[in-house]
Amino acid sequence: MTTMTIAKAINEGLRATLSNNPKSLLMGEDIGPLGGVYRVTDGLIGEFGADRVVDTPLAESGIIGTAIGLALRGYLPVAEIQFDGFVFPGFNQITTQLAKIHSRSNGNLTVPVVIRIPYGGGIGSIEHHSESPEALFAHTPGLRIITPSNPHDAYWMIQQAVNCQDPVIVFEPKRRYWLKGEVDTESAGPAEDPFKAHVVREGTDATVVVYGPLVPVALAAANAAAEDGRSIEVIDLRSISPIDFDAIEASVRKTGRLVVAHEAPTFGGIGGEIAARISERAFLSLEAPVIRVGGFHMPYPVAKIEEDYLPDIDRILEALDRAFAY
Amino acid sequence: MGATHLPSTEFDGTELDDQLEAQAEAALGVPPTEMVQLLGPDGTLGTDSVFSAYAGRLDAEKLRGFYADMAAIRRFDQEATALQRQGQLALWVPLTGQEAAQIGSGRASQPQDYIFPTYREHGVALTRNVDLAELLKQFRGVSNGGWNPKDTNFHLYTLVLAAQTPHAVGYAMGIQRDQKLAEAQRLEGAQGVEGSAEPKAAVMVYFGDGASSEGDVHESMVFASSYNAPVVFFCQNNHWAISVPTAVQTRIPLSNRAKGYGFPGIRVDGNDVIAVHAVTEWALEHARQGNGPVLIEAFTYRVGAHTTADDPTKYRESSEEALWREKDPLDRLEKYLRAEGMADDAFFAKVAAEGDELAAYIRKSTYASDAPDIRTAFANTYVEAHPLVAEELAWFEEYSAGFAGEDEGDGAGR
Repeated sequence: MTTMTIAKAINEGLRATLSNNPKSLLMGEDIGPLGGVYRVTDGLIGEFGADRVVDTPLAESGIIGTAIGLALRGYLPVAEIQFDGFVFPGFNQITTQLAKIHSRSNGNLTVPVVIRIPYGGGIGSIEHHSESPEALFAHTPGLRIITPSNPHDAYWMIQQAVNCQDPVIVFEPKRRYWLKGEVDTESAGPAEDPFKAHVVREGTDATVVVYGPLVPVALAAANAAAEDGRSIEVIDLRSISPIDFDAIEASVRKTGRLVVAHEAPTFGGIGGEIAARISERAFLSLEAPVIRVGGFHMPYPVAKIEEDYLPDIDRILEALDRAFAY
Repeated sequence: MGATHLPSTEFDGTELDDQLEAQAEAALGVPPTEMVQLLGPDGTLGTDSVFSAYAGRLDAEKLRGFYADMAAIRRFDQEATALQRQGQLALWVPLTGQEAAQIGSGRASQPQDYIFPTYREHGVALTRNVDLAELLKQFRGVSNGGWNPKDTNFHLYTLVLAAQTPHAVGYAMGIQRDQKLAEAQRLEGAQGVEGSAEPKAAVMVYFGDGASSEGDVHESMVFASSYNAPVVFFCQNNHWAISVPTAVQTRIPLSNRAKGYGFPGIRVDGNDVIAVHAVTEWALEHARQGNGPVLIEAFTYRVGAHTTADDPTKYRESSEEALWREKDPLDRLEKYLRAEGMADDAFFAKVAAEGDELAAYIRKSTYASDAPDIRTAFANTYVEAHPLVAEELAWFEEYSAGFAGEDEGDGAGR
C-alpha cells in the first residue's frame, strides 16, 4: 500500500500502462514537458519520449480523430482533453465516429481509444472549466464512461480503460486531484470490475448514489444523518455507462429510499435514468419517490456563486428529509 | 506545365507573389506547375518536366487496364442508379465524370497503403478489390459497411464530411511508429522481425471541394504537417457541393492551401487518368520516403447529380455539364489508345461485355442482399460484454417470442 493523490495515482497508472504495452501512447495539449495543466502526466515524456507522450496541436477534434486513426493501426491511444468544457470541438469525432466504428464495421474494426477528461466544478475557475457533460456521452451507444473517486480506483481504472477493447471516457474529478488515499499497486481486487458500483458505506434506511467528486460529499452527509439516527448507504457508481443497476436495486430493496446526486444538471441527467430504472425494477420496495440532487438548468454559473449551484452536504440531507417524509 | 488550362476561380497574384511562391515550392520539392495535364481532351499526350517520367512507366497493358477500370465503374454507376430507381437501393451517389480521378489515384496506391474514402469513391474501391456488391449494401440499407477494411486496406465510407481526414493522419502516425518500433527491434537483433523489410506504406484520404471547408480538414493538415506524417490528401474538386459551387468554399485553387501548412500542393487535371496516376505515384512515394504529406487537388466535375435525390437543373446550366462532357476521361483515353494502336474495336467490345457482366452480377447480388438480423446490431455495439445491451436483447427475445406462430409480414413478427 502506498499513499498518494488521485493525480499521482493516474500518473502512476499511465506510467504502468506505457511500461506494460509498447503500443500505448498518450496525446493531448501540454501533456509533454509541462506534464499537463494538472501535472497528471508529469515526468512521463522524459521516461517514454515524445513519440509516446505526444504534445499535440491545439485541436480537440484532431486529437480524437488522430487517436481513432492510431487505434485503427493497432495502437492504444490515451487522449487528454484539457478541460470538460473544451471537449465539444471533439464531440463530433467522439459521437459520430469513435462510438460507431465497431458497430458500422459489423464488428470487424475496434477502436480502443481512451479519453481522459478532468471534470466538475468547485475550483473557482472561469467559464468552461467546471462542467459535467457526462450525460451527453452516456446517451451515446458504443461508449463506456467511468469516473474514479479515490486514488486506488484512479490507479487501476485508467489501466483497465486502456485494456478495454471498447472506447472509454474517463471523467476525472478535478477538484479531488489532490485527495490522498491508499493505493494497492500490486493488484486490483477480484471485485474491482471498473464497470461495477461499490458500496462505500453500508446503511439500512436510505441509499445515496453518487460518483466522482460527490462521493466525499455523500459520505459526509451520511455521517451527519447518522447523528439524527438515520443509517445511510452510500454507493459510488464508478461507471456511468454502463450503470450497475443491479447494485443500486439490491441496495434499494434493503433501504426503500433512494437519492441520486451529481453536479450535472438534473434535467436529462444520469439521476433521471437511475430513477426510472429503479422505479421499474423495485417499485414495490420504494417507500418514497427517487429524489434527484443536481445542478440547476442553467449554464454553469460564475465561480463566486458556484457554491449555490453545486450539490453539497445540506442539499443531500434536504433530499433525504424529503425521502423520509413519505 | 500542362498544355491546357481548365477554367477556374483562381486569382492572379502579383509577379512578386509568383516568385515567392515558386521559391517556397522549390524548397518543398513541389513541382512548379499550375495544373498538371498530360492527356488532353483531344487524346494527345503532352509533356511535363516532372510527371512525364512517371507516365513513362505505363505500358499499353496498364493503359488498357485504366480504360477497362473506368468503363467498369461507369457501368456500375449506371446500374446502381437504375437499382435505386427500381427501389432496390435507398439512395445512390453517382461518380460519373470522376472516373479518371479515382482510377488514376487508386491504381497508384500499393497494397500496403491504407485508403480512407468519403462516400463517392466507388472507383477507388474497385482498384482496392472491394466486392462492389458489398459496397452497395450501405445504399440498400442492409449494412453500414459491407466489406472488411482489413482485407483491402480500404476503409469504410464516412458520411460525416471530412471526419475521416484525422483518422488518416492518425493511421499515418501509426505507420511512423511501426517503422520506429521495427527499426528498434532490428537494432536489438531480434529474431524473426520482418520490420524494416516490409514495404514502406502511406495513407491516402479522399475528400471533396465541399468538405475542404470542414474544420477537420484543417486540423488534419496541421497534424500531418507537424508530425511529417506519410499521408496524401486527395481532394476531388468536382465543382459542386450538392448545389453550392466551389467558389463559395474557396477563392483560390484548393491545392494552394497546402502552402499554408508547409507541404506540397498539386492541382492535376482530374479527368486525365495518366496525369492523376503520375501525380499520385509521386505523392505516395514522397510520403512513403518520409518526406511528409502532399495535397492533390484533382480538378474534375460531377457530371451527374449529387445523389439520386438531387436535381441539378435547379442550380446549374446544362451547358456547363455539356462543356465538361467534352473533357470526358474515357473518351480521351479511348482516342489515345486507338491513335497509338494500343486498343482496337475488339478491346472496346470486350470491355463493354465485361461491363454488362458486372451489371448482371450487381443486380443479382443486390436482389439477394437481405436485411440483417437485429441481433447482429446488439452484438456489434460493444466489443466486450455490456449489461444494458444484454438486458435489452433479453427483453427483445422475450417480446419476439410472444409473436411466435403468427404470420410474418405483420411488422412485428420475427
